[in-house]
Amino acid sequence: MNILETESDRLLTAVRALLTNKGILTQEEISERIAVTDKGSPAQGARMVARAWTDPAYRARMLADGAQAAEEMGIMMRGLPPLGVLENTAEVHNLVVCTLCSCYPRGVLGYPPFWFKSAAYRARAVRDPRGLVGEWGTVIPDNVKLRVVDSTADYRWMVLPERPAGTEGWSAEQLAAIVREGDMIGVTTPRVPA
Amino acid sequence: MPIAHLLKPGQKVRVKLDWPETRGPCHIRTPHYLRGELGTVIRHLGDYPNPEDLAFARPADLRPLYHVAFDLADVWHEGESKDELLVELYAHWLEPV
Repeated sequence: MNILETESDRLLTAVRALLTNKGILTQEEISERIAVTDKGSPAQGARMVARAWTDPAYRARMLADGAQAAEEMGIMMRGLPPLGVLENTAEVHNLVVCTLCSCYPRGVLGYPPFWFKSAAYRARAVRDPRGLVGEWGTVIPDNVKLRVVDSTADYRWMVLPERPAGTEGWSAEQLAAIVREGDMIGVTTPRVPA
Repeated sequence: MPIAHLLKPGQKVRVKLDWPETRGPCHIRTPHYLRGELGTVIRHLGDYPNPEDLAFARPADLRPLYHVAFDLADVWHEGESKDELLVELYAHWLEPV
């Protein structure tokens, strides 16, 4: 039997059996990890962003240690790589890419969008980032530095976007609802729905 | 082996112009497009097991990992110097300039 041609469900069953039979992991640990992975979604990152917009002390903790700030919001980060948070300001706009593979802050953003792993996205992000984000209709003003963060090693990175004008007095829940996956990668910026 | 944190924020460094992939199987976390380029250390991100050994299940010693900034226009020889690349690189790929 060739492992590359094996039906994925059967392969998964066999690997799970090996992991437990050899005492590497328990069934409970495997189930817990699957549950954590399933919970990862852009809505988790959006909750963190909304809280950072409404709670300056949380914002400071989030910028200092993203994983700890995620845990504080009930997002399980145990066993995941460290999470760094990149703050967009009036001077700097951050864009995240992984040119080597598909490093992505899955604990807080879930599975990456299909284009994040494409050769085109990875190549253009590091060479023509302004042209690339233009594909989303995003225009980074000339007086703002675009910082492309190539996620090559042990960290995972998410962007803390700027809070858009017109959201004064909004609750954290209202704010979280307008933060999109792309805003936390840096290809877009949060918009107030018309 | 003790870990030497020789690189401080602001230190100019050159990424080694080396291509281990031409010498045999390897796992390299240093992107091609930065080999030989000049950058600036921004900060030390911590010490992590060397992925070049980890990938082959060999004993992996801890290596300092740095965030290093590069001028986008310098790297590609095109455009204006206003945007930058910020990349995680291990100490053994960086040579102080």
